[in-house]
Amino acid sequence: MSDRVTVSKTYKLYLGGAFPRSESGRTYPVADSKGRFLANAAQASRKDLREAVVAARGAFGKWSGATAYNRGQVLYRVAELLEGRREQFAEEVAAGEGVPARRAQALVDAAVDRWVWYAGWTDKIATVLGAANPVAGPYFSFSVPEPTGVVGVLAPQRSSLLGLVSVLAPVLAVGATAVVVSSQDRPLPAITLSEVLATSDVPGGVVNLLTGHTAELAPWLAAHADVNALDLTGAPGELRTDLEKAAAGTVKRVLRAPSAEPDWTERPDIKRLRALVETKTVWHPTGV
Amino acid sequence: MGGTTELTDVTRDEASLRRFLHGLPGVDAVGLEQRSAGLATRSIKKASKLWAIDTAISMVDLTTLEGADTPGKVRSLCAKARRPDDDVPPVAAVCVYPDLVATAKEALAGSGVNIASVATAFPSGRSTLKVKLTDTEFAIESGATEVDMVIDRGAFLSGRYGQVFDEIRTIKAACGDTHLKVILETGELATYDNVRRASWLALLAGGDFIKTSTGKVSPAATLPVTNLMLQAVRDWHGVTGQHRGVKPAGGIRTTKDAIRHLVAVHEVAGAAWLTPHLFRFGASSLLNDLLMQRRTQLDGHYSGPDYFSVD
Repeated sequence: MSDRVTVSKTYKLYLGGAFPRSESGRTYPVADSKGRFLANAAQASRKDLREAVVAARGAFGKWSGATAYNRGQVLYRVAELLEGRREQFAEEVAAGEGVPARRAQALVDAAVDRWVWYAGWTDKIATVLGAANPVAGPYFSFSVPEPTGVVGVLAPQRSSLLGLVSVLAPVLAVGATAVVVSSQDRPLPAITLSEVLATSDVPGGVVNLLTGHTAELAPWLAAHADVNALDLTGAPGELRTDLEKAAAGTVKRVLRAPSAEPDWTERPDIKRLRALVETKTVWHPTGV
Repeated sequence: MGGTTELTDVTRDEASLRRFLHGLPGVDAVGLEQRSAGLATRSIKKASKLWAIDTAISMVDLTTLEGADTPGKVRSLCAKARRPDDDVPPVAAVCVYPDLVATAKEALAGSGVNIASVATAFPSGRSTLKVKLTDTEFAIESGATEVDMVIDRGAFLSGRYGQVFDEIRTIKAACGDTHLKVILETGELATYDNVRRASWLALLAGGDFIKTSTGKVSPAATLPVTNLMLQAVRDWHGVTGQHRGVKPAGGIRTTKDAIRHLVAVHEVAGAAWLTPHLFRFGASSLLNDLLMQRRTQLDGHYSGPDYFSVD
């Protein structure tokens, strides 16, 4: 028998490219699907959320300014790294979601494919959602989609990796930056994903990932005046109306929560991409 | 230090000035930094925070000192100074280059906001006394109510205290009733001992305020340096009974920083200094952050920079 003491991981937040503990010093226990203890995760406070928004705003200029081609390359690189961690993800998904190993593996593979799918969209969004507009006058009028800014994401509560990837990847693909509140009871794959992001070429601050109590953080995220869009997918049912109202206070774009969590394995469409862009239309005089 | 008469003796000639300045107790750098760091951990919340934010706004010298300044920019800055936000009283002053004082004066007429102008070959202070005087007179004639002068750091560092003293005194004479702030440019003074000496030198020569920096040199205002200068004005008050002010400038960009400075003012100098007559912030981007945090306090949710003017 070996006397080696295993080195267990401290689960932390992912803020501005770094891995701090919660400013509040709080943690909460995470259990597997059968209620057995898995780990202590950091329990983010509203101040951590505030710092996350500052980091996301700071990173927005560079990420939204990168060429679509470059963003695609960077996101594809993330998929490459995800692939390398398949086993770790599969273990965490199996433990958290209580699915058999084979099913967990399939969910992880789907998540990697989903990431690649969105990575491919970066340089096609402008073509599909933009247009050269036919106008009655001596103008060249064209519309281009631009990223909306900082997006607050309440990640799906049940699907801890595939669901998370399905809501996070479109934010990055359009060139927006994200403040994500992970699944409350199943945060471990999210934390591992943040480690992947930290070692990829996604600049620090583009994705900020908080673990903690969704009901505690969501109202602050919804009302924050420096957040431009809010994805309510993982919002607790009883809070949804209030969150939408709070978001309306600063005229955020709101992706409303579906009544039940969707089947994430279904092939996505571009609804999420469309929801996270603003259309800019330019009228340019042509020679008279 | 024994009283006003003794201080008159100190300034009799350069030798006694040097003896006095070098006789000042040395600064315990570690202690000073530790004390500053300790004060910075004070937690100011709720009603006290709102009070601190409002007080800090009233102490702001809203500053624009860029080569690219235009009358338009100064006018928009003045509009902001008059009414920073809904129900927010004006800031203490607008600080500009001498040639833009007239523009600021026109834009601030009747508002009670002071017009501060940098002078004396700002920011380096490297010119003849004649040029510096002309610079100062031009600012005052254009309507400046406060003059921010720079000391000649070259002279100070090479030990020509008499020259620095005479320059400040001459400019003060030219200012008359106009408020004189003396910029020490602490980032170039190298040691805390020098900051203490320069502070006393400026106070002896008649500066109404001692100001940390031009904002053109890094590091600019730091908490330990502000603490040191607050000690100087406190001790000056102890010796002479006169109140002199302190103005940290440059590098203070967040409400958190500003509140830390206010805590230092209260703890080091005393509550009497918590007024715009005796403490100012030289800043440009600080005001927006103060306004943003003020709204956060009042609205109950975090605010964002999109809701404030870009300046």
